[in-house]
Amino acid sequence: MNLTLLAEKLNLMVRCSGDGLDREVSGGYVGDLLSDVMANSKTDDLWITCQSHQNIVAVSVLKEHAGIILVLGKEPDKDTLEKASREGIPLLVTELSGFEAAGRIYNLINE
Amino acid sequence: MNRKYEFSFPVEGKNFDDAGKASVEIKRLLKELGIAGDVLRRTAIATYESEVNIISYAWKGTINVRVTDNNISIKIQDSGPGITDIEQAMRQGYSTADDRIREMGFGAGMGLFNIKNCSDGFEISSKVNKGTLLKILINR
Repeated sequence: MNLTLLAEKLNLMVRCSGDGLDREVSGGYVGDLLSDVMANSKTDDLWITCQSHQNIVAVSVLKEHAGIILVLGKEPDKDTLEKASREGIPLLVTELSGFEAAGRIYNLINE
Repeated sequence: MNRKYEFSFPVEGKNFDDAGKASVEIKRLLKELGIAGDVLRRTAIATYESEVNIISYAWKGTINVRVTDNNISIKIQDSGPGITDIEQAMRQGYSTADDRIREMGFGAGMGLFNIKNCSDGFEISSKVNKGTLLKILINR
């Protein structure tokens, strides 16, 4: 399942489409501790977090994530948006909690 | 054929705006040298955690990366307050990070632990009020 389809099904709000929303999402990781995400997330994961500051972008670039979803309606900082578009990282926002977002995304990609 | 590549990146303490910049650049250069997969993944984690450590705790530092046919050796030298008890600092979950650092999701006490986990060789030495030297080896 790609990000465009996920965004459509879950009403995710696209704040930055990065290098494109057609990238396949193979899995995901939920975390707000950057070291945890660095150590345990995988390439092509969709990262679900409530951290909205600019440092999340470098983590996603290094881990080659499919994109980042900010939960609980958290909007990305201006610097975060600028960095994400420069580095090609898709950034999406949902009103859902991390638990709900992860659960629904898990079901959709494993359908 | 014995090829060697070496590059160095300065890292400024307390400047969280640029956290990850050196590591992203290092990863890009390593990719250009044909390094991929698990070696690239481990190097990215080790350099990122080292870079964040300099920013979080030191005044300034340098990340030096040397690539040979056999391995990648990374030397991280900082000038800063140093580490009083290295054994304690290595323990997962132990951190001296302040609230501001923790609010950003740093300072979880996982950095040095993650670095060691990713390395085939790991040496750390520190002098209080001088700085810390970290030597990491990753086999290709």
